[in-house]
Amino acid sequence: MIALHNYLILSAVIFSIGVIGVLIRRNLIVVLMSIELMLNAVNLTFIAFSRYLGSTDGQVIVFFVMAVAAAEAVIGLAIIISVYRHRQSLDPQEMQLLKW
Amino acid sequence: MMSSDLLRWIPLIPLLASAINLFFGRAIGKRPAGALASAAVGASFALAFYVFWQLPASGVMRDLVYTWIQSGSFQINLSFQVDALTAVMLLIVTGIGLLIHIYSLGYMAHDADMVRFFVYLNLFIFFMLVLVMGDNLLLLFVGWEGVGLCSYLLIGFWYHDPNNAIAGNKAFIVNRIGDLGFILGIFILVAELARQGVWTLDFAELAKQVKLLSPATITLVTFLLFIGATGKSAQLPLFVWLPDAMAGPTPVSALIHAATMVTAGVYMTARLHFLFALAPATLALIAVVGAATAFFAATIALTQNDIKKVLAYSTVSQLGYMFLAVGMGAFGAAIFHVFTHAFFKACLFLGSGSVIHALGGEQDMRKMGGLKSHMPRTYWTYVVATLAIAGAPFTAGFFSKDLILWQTFSHGAIALWGVGLVTAGMTAFYMFRQLFMVFHGECRADEHAKAHLHESPAVMTWPLMILAAGSIFTGWLGAPEYLWGSRWDHWLEPIFGKVAHHGAVSTELLVTGLTLAVVAAGIYLAYLMYGKPGAQPASVPSGLLHKISLNKYYVDEIYDFALVRPFTLVAKFFASIVDPWVIDGAVNGVAATTRGLSTIWRGLQSGNVQHYAAMFVTGALALLAYYLGQLS
Repeated sequence: MIALHNYLILSAVIFSIGVIGVLIRRNLIVVLMSIELMLNAVNLTFIAFSRYLGSTDGQVIVFFVMAVAAAEAVIGLAIIISVYRHRQSLDPQEMQLLKW
Repeated sequence: MMSSDLLRWIPLIPLLASAINLFFGRAIGKRPAGALASAAVGASFALAFYVFWQLPASGVMRDLVYTWIQSGSFQINLSFQVDALTAVMLLIVTGIGLLIHIYSLGYMAHDADMVRFFVYLNLFIFFMLVLVMGDNLLLLFVGWEGVGLCSYLLIGFWYHDPNNAIAGNKAFIVNRIGDLGFILGIFILVAELARQGVWTLDFAELAKQVKLLSPATITLVTFLLFIGATGKSAQLPLFVWLPDAMAGPTPVSALIHAATMVTAGVYMTARLHFLFALAPATLALIAVVGAATAFFAATIALTQNDIKKVLAYSTVSQLGYMFLAVGMGAFGAAIFHVFTHAFFKACLFLGSGSVIHALGGEQDMRKMGGLKSHMPRTYWTYVVATLAIAGAPFTAGFFSKDLILWQTFSHGAIALWGVGLVTAGMTAFYMFRQLFMVFHGECRADEHAKAHLHESPAVMTWPLMILAAGSIFTGWLGAPEYLWGSRWDHWLEPIFGKVAHHGAVSTELLVTGLTLAVVAAGIYLAYLMYGKPGAQPASVPSGLLHKISLNKYYVDEIYDFALVRPFTLVAKFFASIVDPWVIDGAVNGVAATTRGLSTIWRGLQSGNVQHYAAMFVTGALALLAYYLGQLS
């Protein structure tokens, strides 16, 4: 039996990797994947607590998150495709038109 | 009191015709558009005549269209009324207006912009009818401003010549000065009545409530209203716009700047006679201003060489007579002179228009002469109207002018009467001078003009003949007691009350005889100088007085020096210093400050999504750190 804090530490590490990926990667697809990583880190936390507390609430929320993540991936990829068609590039650094 | 839905159509028909011509005039063509405009005024005239016929003896007809302004207990209606006074003005405006519309069909036939002309002319008729039919002071003011606008539009009708546009501007601006007084008068009237708990501008109500006002207030209000009248009716010191207004087409001069609009000031004082009658100081001022204007303008008219300028100054002079009558409290006599003057002055202007038309636009009387045989109809109508304005016995001008002079004399204002008497002599002189210079003697026109000299078409001469007939017979309505008595006074009795007759008939006959002698002397002098065979009408007499008169007392130059230039200088100062530096400086300063401050902060907004995400994470971490700190 693995203790709860192990799950939480793993989850925190994955989440941090996701955050750093969102902040520093120069490719929108990887940024999107990093967001997935963050969502799944959160899912892991939910599951761990669900098991620890003997409640199914956490598992229900995980299903919701997975549904939302799927929708988000669809829309995100669609946006990325149309951005690419316009600019022939997926570097978020080059998309700075929306400022003052 | 009767109410009738008919009244609203009297002003509305010309307005509708104006709108139709404005939008579809080009499509329906010049002549049909002119015919439509004339027909509309004709319909108004027919309606006005019907209303005049139906008007009960001492009655008022009203037509409430709708409530215009409702604020607490202050209510202004868009409603029309016709009483004896309005009925007279209605017949003048629509009747003379109809004749001048018909005349314009001929006069403007060669003008490319004839449709626009009739649009303005109909619009003018509409506003003039609103002015005389409105049953409250505010509606009168709407008409007052509206006719001012139409006057401006028509003076500048031939706007291709900048001089015409300037004349239009001058008329408009000088009138604004008067209107400022007028509107201040209305404000004070409303405010003072409101202080007594009465909220109204309705004429009938005002007449009832006028005793609530203190004499000082009434004097102030009437004085301010009279300033408005000096602007609109071209009295000293605001008369300068009227001679320049002759830049407009001649029918406009006849209709607006002689027969109708310029008499609006007289109408206004007559309409508010209950107010003016309580302000003896104002009446005295009006009488003096009127007499001074009559005299002053007549002295200028003596030497003018432009056929229309003579008539313009003559109009100013005759308006002076009307105000002299108002100042004597003889409102009936003033309106009577408005009535007769409308006929003979319209006839004179249209006659001069016929001459100008025949000479291809020439207005200088030194280049006329001998037109008698070429245009007999114009000549004979001109003779009749000239006799009428000079005051020859049994013409309209004789009755109305004598009535005014007699009222002045019998009120004991001998000095003013003397001024009026001398003015009557000068009137006879300058009018006959004009008659001789234009129609008698050798023809001094150049060969080109001589070649196409012609009598005007019937559409122009018929109105002239009708007006000439009016120049004689309209006066017979107001004959003095020693003849067959005045139906005029009887008709206006419900408005102005019974006319008191002072003085003996023998004195009245003596005064009349004296006037006739002065008039005859004026005519004879004109004959000696301009009419006698061998006279040299075109030669320029020299001499200081002549020069001053010819240059109109340099009034325009004085105004230019004393008022216009200082005003322009101040305006220049504001335009070159205050506007770019203070006004624009403040506005631009606000903008520049905002922009300067924003440069500091806008660096944060890079447009890069990852920067925003980083700030978001930083914020979340900071919050987390804060709460963790709280826990421990």
